[in-house]
Amino acid sequence: MFGTVAIVGGSLSGLTCAQTLRDEGFDGSLFVIDAEDSTAYDRPPLSKQVLAGEWDAERAHLPGTTADLGITWMLGHPAIGVDLADRFLKLGNGEMVGFDGLVIASGAAPRVLPGMGELDGVRVLRTLDDCLAIRSALDGGATRVVIVGAGFIGAEVASTCRQRGCEVVVLEALDVPLERAIGAEMGMLIADIHREHGVDVRLGTGVDGFEHGGDRHVTGVRLSDGSAVPADLVVVGIGVVPQTAWLEGSGLTVDDGVVVDEQLRAAPGVVAIGDIARWPSRRYGRLLRVEHWENAIQMGEHAARSLLREDDGGEGAEPYDPIPWFWSDQYDFKLQLAGHAGADDQFEIVCGSTEERRFVGLYGRAGRLVGVLGMNRPRHVMQLRQKLVDGASYDEAVAFGRAL
Amino acid sequence: MRVVVDFDLCESNAVCMGIAPEVFEVRDDDFLYILNETPPEDLRPKIEEAVRRCPKQAISIED
Repeated sequence: MFGTVAIVGGSLSGLTCAQTLRDEGFDGSLFVIDAEDSTAYDRPPLSKQVLAGEWDAERAHLPGTTADLGITWMLGHPAIGVDLADRFLKLGNGEMVGFDGLVIASGAAPRVLPGMGELDGVRVLRTLDDCLAIRSALDGGATRVVIVGAGFIGAEVASTCRQRGCEVVVLEALDVPLERAIGAEMGMLIADIHREHGVDVRLGTGVDGFEHGGDRHVTGVRLSDGSAVPADLVVVGIGVVPQTAWLEGSGLTVDDGVVVDEQLRAAPGVVAIGDIARWPSRRYGRLLRVEHWENAIQMGEHAARSLLREDDGGEGAEPYDPIPWFWSDQYDFKLQLAGHAGADDQFEIVCGSTEERRFVGLYGRAGRLVGVLGMNRPRHVMQLRQKLVDGASYDEAVAFGRAL
Repeated sequence: MRVVVDFDLCESNAVCMGIAPEVFEVRDDDFLYILNETPPEDLRPKIEEAVRRCPKQAISIED
């Protein structure tokens, strides 16, 4: 059995992997390396309860991380390189960590806009520190909030800031928000709901730069049409990029993430999981990289078993091929998507209605059911998710959904 | 084995219902109901999975 497993990235996926390794009987040394000082927190509340001030930061901590997993924590310094032949990691502080098995869970980092790094009051939201900095700006009296990007993070931050009583402007470069994730009709519905809640949603609006005072604190956002929007606080949510720079020259295949096989292996004794991993999905017939909460857990579990099985020389395991699922809570609605929706898919609402803000809609492609979207309909999303598991035809799923 | 749900945490994401419909049911009122608080041992793996995958970590098992 492996003597030592090193996990690079101590967030949800890495820690789930650590837990599963122990649950499956791994009794060797377990190192967790992370650039952050404290990693063991859950991210979904960062744009909601913690940002709202309803929860203190402690409550976002992941349960189980206090459990004694016998982890040697190496926090505060990133992994900056790996030598797969001689089996060691190089850390930012010059330390070396040897390993037999390696778990790559270093995640993704937010995209930034030029010039934002030099200004106060322009933030991304990824880490607990990011969240607390934004919350402290809100607590400190920031009332005019501009959000760049109408993706899920931007939409949740907009919702939380409105509930805190801020004036909120959302700037989205595309003409339709969330179109790639949930299609045009549903994307526009989300935009409409934000407008109903008093958010100034501006679509097809590019950002040219920031305005600031002598203290380098942001005072506004310059738009591509030359106008400007005043701001006390700007939150930029324009997506993330996988953190693969430290793997340059490692010999691993890096292409919008670490490319792994169906068992999440990137190389012998090396697995990649979570936001950074791109795996060949049999179900969807292509490489997928999924940034969802549930995927981070499932990959952590699967990769732990795959690492231990490989070590035992065993084969014949099920491929990693789950149905992606995520949720987003905004205002008084819960949105859930199971499967994969695309801008070009068929879409039909099968129960409830958009007016009620309570419905389930189904996405179809080439006659098959590919996605289930629910707003305030968790029960029906889960029932229809089974139709995705079963590989149902679109017509069959629509009939089933209508009968619910 | 006793299944315990912290209903202050539960957000009715219905993940548990997807994993173990024998034990968890989110009804039309959007609330979660526990159908069997002391399920048979053979359901333990499913319930453990539901514990791990609850987005709110609202489920626990008391032995």
